[in-house]
Parts: sequence; structure tokens; C-alpha cells
Amino acid sequence: MTETKAGCGVLSARTSPRLAAITGLGIISSIGCTLDAVSAALRDGRSGIIYDAERASVGFRSALTGRVSTFVPSRHGISRRMLRTMCEPAQYAYAAATDALADAGLRPADIATQRCGVIFGNDSCIKPAVESIDILRAHKETHFIGSGHIFRAMNSTITMNLAALLGTRGANWTLSAACASGAHAIGQAMMLIRAGLQDVLLVGGAQETNWQAMASFDALGVFSLRQSEPELACRPFDAGRDGLVPSGGGAALVLEELSRAQARGVRIYGIVRGYGFSSDGSGHLFNPEAVGAVAAMQAALADAGMQPDEVDYVNAHATSTPAGDFSEARAISQVLGAAVPVSSTKSMTGHECWMAGASEAVYTSLMARDGFIAPNVNFVRLDDGCPPINVVNKPIPSRIRVALSNSFGFGGTNACLALDFSAIAS
Amino acid sequence: MAADGIIERVNGILMDGFEIEPSLLKDDAKLGEDLGLDSLDAVDLIVAIEKGFGCRINETEARAMRTLHDIYTGVRKCIDANAGSPS
Repeated sequence: MTETKAGCGVLSARTSPRLAAITGLGIISSIGCTLDAVSAALRDGRSGIIYDAERASVGFRSALTGRVSTFVPSRHGISRRMLRTMCEPAQYAYAAATDALADAGLRPADIATQRCGVIFGNDSCIKPAVESIDILRAHKETHFIGSGHIFRAMNSTITMNLAALLGTRGANWTLSAACASGAHAIGQAMMLIRAGLQDVLLVGGAQETNWQAMASFDALGVFSLRQSEPELACRPFDAGRDGLVPSGGGAALVLEELSRAQARGVRIYGIVRGYGFSSDGSGHLFNPEAVGAVAAMQAALADAGMQPDEVDYVNAHATSTPAGDFSEARAISQVLGAAVPVSSTKSMTGHECWMAGASEAVYTSLMARDGFIAPNVNFVRLDDGCPPINVVNKPIPSRIRVALSNSFGFGGTNACLALDFSAIAS
Repeated sequence: MAADGIIERVNGILMDGFEIEPSLLKDDAKLGEDLGLDSLDAVDLIVAIEKGFGCRINETEARAMRTLHDIYTGVRKCIDANAGSPS
């Protein structure tokens, strides 16, 4: 990595007079519930994956999961009344969002305008749906379901709660795109800020971790069976990988129009410089195609006005499934070559599904803030026949200037974010 | 009205399920103004009472309830109606 690369190093417009700066972060995850705890876990390569005996008892093929073990809603200002309408991902999102706002130095009065809004990625709220049907079956009347389930069971539970509680008056919607939901939410928010339609957007993603949400996913047989060694189970890109490990939590970023952020004198973590999206269009739902990933990565670079050799780090989508990781390795190799450091933080967190694109943008921002590249733990050897890529399995001191964060989902939806940290790296 | 522990049981539901301070639980307390219950709470309170007492409160009567006294009376009526029903 060189100190100076063409086009980097200044917080000025390259492709647009308006840029989306990251001014606040919040994270609730299996590896921690504060920025510093999560950064330390990433640097140390600590796993948040456990064996969940309850999953085994109810008939799961794999009882492995990420577990948000230290989260207590009341400690994040979530009251009984708020819990009526908030299911698990909404609680995580609220906690992450309020942390991100505080990190950005924004008060409720600062965002109570039509120029400020909320856009989150989420693609399920299974548990309240299951519970409401259980009640109906038991009592034979919808009346006994009560008032809160409808608000808890909708995908948009996150943004409906956040906008109402925080008082934002602009964008207010949840975006569903499978495991790329969080990344698309960030990309869309960036476009709204660049287009001059919004000034501040609270963006992110959230993912429920209850077993009800993951039962049908477990039925696909794609979860790791390395159950006697939970911390070793998720091993993206490694030749010995045998499947993903589900996980969850909530991740939030404050995206703010750059000149507004500079006028406030607030810390700027980086710039969401580019967003690329594509669809595999391949005729099937769950066999990823490198061509779609390549298209998204190239589109992100083009949108950012960057060249492949400017990229210092790739936070890979790689979930630890044989086909998905192989496909992404091909895409990274084709777009960026074999030298750029690559890691999948899912090796520690598990697959945070709907929130992964947002949480991984937070993780990458923390790496840039704290000067390191997190390891792809458990990686030993790349597949035979896999194009060579530089998977790092130890933490590396690094001043990340430009990073790509990949997210891919069922149905062949692909998102890539180009994150520019050059201002804090220089 | 205090017979059968109706008041104590209703108040218990309000304290445990709705975090209402005991000092606020007065006979003439208004559900909205005094206890801070909103329309969603009202739906859930009726369901909680019905599950707690094993009875069904008429929906129109439930919508007309404004005070704790109305709740106590409604529960009494509901229990009596259940007792008078053919088994």
C-alpha cells in the first residue's frame, strides 16, 4: 500500500458536488455491543459463535449460531411501551441507531426535519408472526393476538419505529434484498444524499437471531456441522469449510452530506464514495454467479471514480459455503487481482444475513479508524482450483484508504460499497 | 365491587403488565389521562383481563370504558354473565 494514490487523500468531490460522509457508527453484534469492544474483537480474532442447545432440542440440523449475549433492551432506553411494537431486529436497530446518533453528536432536534430520515435493510420478522398464529390457533379469535404483533411482524418494523421515536421527517422505509439488504440500504441512502434529496440519513441493517427465524434456512442444509468446535465452524474461503453459521444483531451508520458534517466540525470516519449493484439474472435463486459479483464491484469502482489498484482491502461477503466463496474469489481475482488483502469478518461474527452489508461497513470503518485489517480467522488453505486471492488470517496493521465491502443475496442480488477513508488515513 | 378480588387482580394486571404505579390505581382514574394508557394498551388490557378472568368483554362496552371503575364494573358483569351461562 502506498501513502498517496491518485485521487485519494482529500475530502473533495470527485464524482459529485455532494458526498455522503460517515459521521456516526453503532453496532450490536455477537462480538460486542460497543464500537471499542467490537474493534478489539475484530483485531483479536474473537468469535461470537456458540452451540445453542435449544436449536438441537427443537430439531435443527445445525445448532450453531452467533449470539448477541450482552444485549439488554432497557440499557438502551427501550421501554415496555416501545417493546410492544419492536421485535428483536427493531430493538437491535434502535440501540445501534441511538448509539450512532450519539457518536455523530446529533440530538433529536437536529434530525427532526424532512431533510433527515431512516433507511434500513431487513428481510424478516419471523418470531412475532409465528407467535400471533399460535395465539390464533389456541384461542380461535384474532382478538386475542392483541395490539403489538402487527407492528412487530412487518419487515418495516425497524424504520417505522425509528422514524416515530426519533422524529425524523424524511425518508422512512425498510429495504429487503436478502443478505445484501444492509448494503443496498447504505447505497440507496448515499444516492439520496448525493442527489440533494436528503442531508442526514440514519442507515443500517438488523437481523433477528431467534431460532424460529432460522428454522427454514437450516432446512436447506447449508449450515456448518462443525458443532463440537463452534469457534472454528465458520471458515470462509478455507478448503475445509462446510457451511455458514447464522448470526444477527443491528448496525447503524449516520450518513451526512459532507459539507454539513464539516461545518459541524464532527469526526468523519470516511466517505461512502461508490455503490454498485447488479443481479445475476441466472435463472436460479441460490447458486451465485461470479459475473454478478464482478458487475457490482466494477460498478462500485466506476461510481467512485476509482481504479482497482486503489483498493487497499476487501471485506468479502464470503459466508463459508463452498459455492459462494468460490464464486466470490473468482470475482475478486478478476476485478482486483491476487494481491489485495481480503477477509471475511463472518469468520468471527457468523453470517449476519439481512444486516451483514451494514455491519460489515461498520466493521470496515472501525478497522480504518483503528489502523488494522481484521483477520479471516480459521482460514488455512484456499481451495484447489480457486483463483489466487490474498486471504489474510492474522490481523494486519494497516492504514486503509479505500475498501470495498461486498454483499450478495438469494436471488442473485449483489451490492458493493466503495468506502473512502483516505482523509483519516493520510 | 371488591368481592372476588376483582380490583386487586385488575390492578395486578395493570402493575405487572403495564408498569402502572400502584398510587395511581384509584377507582375514578381515567385510563388515558391518569394512567397514560394509549389505544394499543387498551386493546392489550382487555385481552389480558379476559385471559386472566376467563371471560369475554363485549367489544362495544370495552370501547366505552374510560375509568378504572368502568373496568371493574365490566369485569364484574362479564364474570356474572359467565356464571349465568348454561354449562
